[in-house]
Amino acid sequence: MSNYLLVDFGSTFTKLCAVDVSSEKILATSAHYTTVLEDISIGYHKALNLLYDKLGEKIEFDQVIACSSAAGGLKMAAIGLVEELTVEAAKRVCLGAGAKVDLVFSHHLTKKEVRQIIEEDIDIVLLSGGADGGNTENVIYNAKLLGEMGVNVPIIYAGNKSAEDDIIDIFEHHHLDYHICENVMPKINKLNPKCARKTIRDIFLKQIIEAKGIKKIEKDIDQVILPTPNAVLEAAKLLSEGYLEETGLGDIVIVDIGGATTDLYSMCYATNRSDVVLHGLEEPYAKRTVEGDLGMRYSAPGIVKSLSEREIEFINREKNIDIVKEVNERYKNVHLLPHNDRDEFIDQFLAEMCAYRSMNRHVGKIHEVMTPMGKVFNQSGKDLSNVRYVIGTGGVIINSKNQKEILKQTTNILNDKTQLRPEDPEFLVDQLYIMAPMGLLAQKKPKLALKLMKENFKELG
Amino acid sequence: MKTIVIGVIGADVHAVGNKIIDYTLTNSGYNVINIGVLSSQEDFINAAIETDADLIMVSSLYGHGEIDCRGMREKCIESGLEDIFLYVGGNIVVGKQDFNETLKRFRDMGFDRVYPPGTSIDMALEDIKEDLGE
Repeated sequence: MSNYLLVDFGSTFTKLCAVDVSSEKILATSAHYTTVLEDISIGYHKALNLLYDKLGEKIEFDQVIACSSAAGGLKMAAIGLVEELTVEAAKRVCLGAGAKVDLVFSHHLTKKEVRQIIEEDIDIVLLSGGADGGNTENVIYNAKLLGEMGVNVPIIYAGNKSAEDDIIDIFEHHHLDYHICENVMPKINKLNPKCARKTIRDIFLKQIIEAKGIKKIEKDIDQVILPTPNAVLEAAKLLSEGYLEETGLGDIVIVDIGGATTDLYSMCYATNRSDVVLHGLEEPYAKRTVEGDLGMRYSAPGIVKSLSEREIEFINREKNIDIVKEVNERYKNVHLLPHNDRDEFIDQFLAEMCAYRSMNRHVGKIHEVMTPMGKVFNQSGKDLSNVRYVIGTGGVIINSKNQKEILKQTTNILNDKTQLRPEDPEFLVDQLYIMAPMGLLAQKKPKLALKLMKENFKELG
Repeated sequence: MKTIVIGVIGADVHAVGNKIIDYTLTNSGYNVINIGVLSSQEDFINAAIETDADLIMVSSLYGHGEIDCRGMREKCIESGLEDIFLYVGGNIVVGKQDFNETLKRFRDMGFDRVYPPGTSIDMALEDIKEDLGE
């Protein structure tokens, strides 16, 4: 027997998943409230005891590996020059590394913006701007301001190569904790995430984990290796691409609705068609977007904020509820679990809204352009119309009595025919909540992680 | 090295001339940023900011150039590109109009160089050398 224990320190729950590597089986899963304020190991040991109860015995683990989004996750600020180009590139790199992008700034920073970086407890700053050989003035200005105002969190410089030497001088002069990477956008519309993403991960391992009080648990576990969303992204990539003879599922979309955010992951190329002209920054095969204003608890008010008066009135009448009151209650009591049919009904409705709106922002758009040479298609973002599977994960979907309705919202185009949403996908649910654990396992045993996901995801007929 | 942003503006998909311009300017030693067909004014301007470009060269082959180019100089000024050179060429207006009229209209719109149909890129190259000083 050879057992692995995979741990996910979430903001609300610490989730455990025990895997027997030799018999290739998931032994059991368990969860307990995360206790990051007092001592994170309390919650961990309680969850571990629950796991032993389920197994009926104490077992030994050869490896214990963990991912974490506890204590607010990995909070980053993304800085660039032009909004559609280096700002967007910087933002995507942060999201792809599993971070929450709390602050996004373009052009010259202001003192107020730098104060925000300091006051909002940002963990890492990603500074970019200018294609290689292009604008240097802006990044140099921004680096100076970050230095002068004494930003004392790690700063990654991933901007114009031509400014690199000046930037190093500025950072040295101000004694900043800096890291130099390749440009996130070396050419116009060309995305280069690898170097910066790896550096974010390294800083997360070396510094952030300690700052978040997770270091305390080091004697119990072998290593914390990833921010949780990064683990999910790794799992999603593996599930899509396959590994050696174990085939993948092809083009997929993952929907993860949480208390504070709704995360969407898509695994596919921007387009398979030859008759479209692609526009804007290059789209990554594995793309993650995070909506910080769409969530079931902390961010529930955001769902209503995006509605007009008329829509609110319509919903209240149609569903016979007071939507504003309901979301405020959920915002004030973030640990609220549904107690009756009515609570469930409202959570279901909010989850559907999260799925619908987050897809609105994730999906690519296509416009027909009439030209003297005939009809031409102009596309920005990713074409998801041929996605084969839409997969749901996260508490609200797993516990819903009508999972399919939530996931179906990702395909609902209403009146907007320009959106390239999945057209006719099949729906799956990560019923055991194993995506993040499998992303961890994938770092050691990719083939087994893939097999376990394929076996344990529930099909919705 | 001087940087030039090129592309085809508006709902125009004429890609051949665009490739020829790219090839010629690159061979002449310029850093060419080609944003391709179906490009908006903003696409040109954003690329010029990020690359610190010296010149934007707009192509338009389908006759709607005047509508597509209107307001571009103003947007450049708003974006901090007040000194950038703006060139335009192709079939930039509908039908057979007097080119002197067309020239004046585009000059008034803030374009530094305006080329009539059938201009070879080699001719424009002379102007580029003069304007960019190399």
